[in-house]
Amino acid sequence: MTLLDRHGFRPDPFRRLPAAEIAGHPAVILPLAEVQSGLLVRAAGQRIGIDIANTLTAEEAVPLANQVDLIAIAFPGFADGRGFTLGRRLRRAGFRGILRAVGPLIPDQFAYALACGFDEVELPDAVAARQSEAAWLADLAIYRHSYQRDYARGQNILEARREARNGGAA
Amino acid sequence: MYRYDEFDAAFVRDRVAQFSAQVQRRLAGALTEDEFKPLRLQNGVYLQLHAYMLRIAIPYGTLSARQLRQLALIGERFDRSYGHFTTRQNLQFNWIQLKDVPEILSLLADVEMHAIQTSGNCIRNVTADQFAGVAADEIEDPRPVAELIRQWSTAHPEFSFLPRKFKIAVTGAAEDRAAVAVHDIGLRIVRHPETGETGYAVLVGGGLGRTPMVGKWVRDFLPKPHLLAYLEALMRVYNAEGRRDNKYKARVKILVHEIGIEAFRARVEAEFAQLDPQRIQADAAEVARIERYFAPPAYQVLPDNPPAFLRARAANPEFDRWVAQNGFPHKVPGYQAVTLSLKGIGEAPGDISSAGMRLVADLAERHSQGEIRVTHAQNLVLPDVRQDELFDLWQALAAGGLATANAGLITDIIACPGLDYCALATARSIPIAQALATRFAAPARQQEIGPLAIKISGCINACGHHHVGHIGILGLEKRGEESYQITLGGDAGNASTIGEILGPGLGADEVPDAIERLVAVYLAHRQPGELFVDSVRRLGIQPFKTAFNAEIRHDAA
Amino acid sequence: MSSAKLPPLPAILIANDLLTGDTVFFSGHGWTRHPGEALLAESEAASLRLEAAGQEAMRRNLVVDAYLVDVVLSEGGIPVPRHFRERFRLLGPTIRPDLGKQAEFPGLAAQAGRTR
Repeated sequence: MTLLDRHGFRPDPFRRLPAAEIAGHPAVILPLAEVQSGLLVRAAGQRIGIDIANTLTAEEAVPLANQVDLIAIAFPGFADGRGFTLGRRLRRAGFRGILRAVGPLIPDQFAYALACGFDEVELPDAVAARQSEAAWLADLAIYRHSYQRDYARGQNILEARREARNGGAA
Repeated sequence: MYRYDEFDAAFVRDRVAQFSAQVQRRLAGALTEDEFKPLRLQNGVYLQLHAYMLRIAIPYGTLSARQLRQLALIGERFDRSYGHFTTRQNLQFNWIQLKDVPEILSLLADVEMHAIQTSGNCIRNVTADQFAGVAADEIEDPRPVAELIRQWSTAHPEFSFLPRKFKIAVTGAAEDRAAVAVHDIGLRIVRHPETGETGYAVLVGGGLGRTPMVGKWVRDFLPKPHLLAYLEALMRVYNAEGRRDNKYKARVKILVHEIGIEAFRARVEAEFAQLDPQRIQADAAEVARIERYFAPPAYQVLPDNPPAFLRARAANPEFDRWVAQNGFPHKVPGYQAVTLSLKGIGEAPGDISSAGMRLVADLAERHSQGEIRVTHAQNLVLPDVRQDELFDLWQALAAGGLATANAGLITDIIACPGLDYCALATARSIPIAQALATRFAAPARQQEIGPLAIKISGCINACGHHHVGHIGILGLEKRGEESYQITLGGDAGNASTIGEILGPGLGADEVPDAIERLVAVYLAHRQPGELFVDSVRRLGIQPFKTAFNAEIRHDAA
Repeated sequence: MSSAKLPPLPAILIANDLLTGDTVFFSGHGWTRHPGEALLAESEAASLRLEAAGQEAMRRNLVVDAYLVDVVLSEGGIPVPRHFRERFRLLGPTIRPDLGKQAEFPGLAAQAGRTR
């Protein structure tokens, strides 16, 4: 698997391990079923993440969110957009840790994923080999502005219009 | 009409650059066909039987003369000098090459147009009443809110990979001419019974296709400042919970049907309660900015029905018939909206040549403030014509073959492209429409029959809206042949109804006679002034069914 | 590859050119726009070779949606698909004889034995 954030491809500091084996590892991702046992043995400063399905409801996911450092939401296919909504709901619920999209996303979804609150994408190697780092980063720069308010995106057209109006009036 | 500001203009340019790069990545193999397909679809590009097809958005059916001329040019330069208007107020070109699409999108951007989200599993082009802004029965012009939704839904980060396509229609009139009840979301602009304030009544879960359903009320009155937050809540519930295991059960109508409208409403309201509408909605100044573009043009103070107009009608029976049939009352005295039928007898419904587009553009400039509307019945409308100019307009249209006086009549047939073009079709649609129009061509006969909507789809996806045709025709394949299933009693208006199947499928050559038999039952049993669809409601389906089945070749069944 | 999915014989390989979208046929040494030049598979082995050529051309991003279509050879020597959908594809829209391959290749419609 290959990890990518808004600056490009980078090494993954997290390892996927069962709860029984996490001792001595600074950053681990646990299966959802093992998160409670993992948290019981968590060492000081040890970072713990969880893998969740995109079918988990926000109500189920939110109580976990404040106990972990990373939530990895599975995207079974790039056309399955449920993860965007789940990510957004977790952010709304106050999750401040790392939000990771896991699966065969395409570069053309990268800006969307970040706008919905994701920090990074974990790709199957075959997808990463086909889709260059440059293509991923290019997606972040394509639109100078976007129309939706209240998403974690750069320039918003409605705000820009408001500023232009206020600037014009002053 | 709406004009792009610098941000809208930059956005469509950026989109063109993005799609150019996507095409290059596809050709280089960085994107597989499976990955590229949703990207091209969200830019209106389909692969059809003979070539790529490009579906261009005409948001809420409003088009300027300049834009129509550009479409004519694109048709000549990149297609076969004609285009096809669809039931969703879009324009399709049938013979496009993928390598030309970026250049075409760039030409569209030059005139403030695009093909964004005219296909794919995203929020599609927002449609509206073709008489918006001029209809006398209107509470409020639906186009400003349609434009607001167009912008909000464009390249939405959360809702661009939905379970399935999502269609929104808006009407601001008492009579629903936008078929809002058969859309995923239908918005009706309504007045609050106590305060008199305008807001939206929201329908959800309508749609045609494999499982036709009439939308259900999810909110009786939504205050205007809550609209985008409410839409966000509704889309979020659908994106999270809509089915993804079966594409035929993935539309929001199936979710609403399976969990029930009460449960669906409760989930939307629970999501909505967690949102701050003020952070999502455009502010009042922005809403006002959009509304200003739709301010009525400067109408002159004119007498209604001026003598010269009445004299021309009296002296020219054909002109008189055209005005009576294709005219639509305008809210301002002395003006009229008029339908330009793209249903000439024997023509392909909705098709218009590049030369025809230029003629309409010229006439719109001369007679209708430079504005054209596209109807969901695949016709055009000039919305703002002075009555004392109608005769000149009619003569010019007649010379160009665009003055067929059949709006709303039996030959004003809706038909999808069908198997003559479409890769999804199971049978042809256009030849059926041509045969029926030819059969019922005589003007006096059409007048005698009166308003009757025949709608033809070439497959179960129902782009031709056959379920809501007074007579619906669905083309299927049966034992290696094209076969046509006839439905009766559908209605797309205020009393939205799904038609009932009359009997076994027919061969193409049997369809005109079968429709004749249905019309004969109506003519024999109607009460004075009763329309076809009202007779069907009063009489029930049985007498029609009996006549329909009387002469069917049962060897074909 | 399972021969159970192969259509009846004889068969041709039909696809769309990725860049232009044109309906194209595999000729044995490339892709042609003229159906008369399509390579006819008359044995299961030949069908399998056609199918492999389609997979390879899709992998190389030359064509999309390549598949085998069962045909009847017309008296004029044109492999005419048995299914009406593919017949329309071979010639062009039935309502516009002035467009598509039927217009582009004079005599094609007659050779294919089409009667409207």
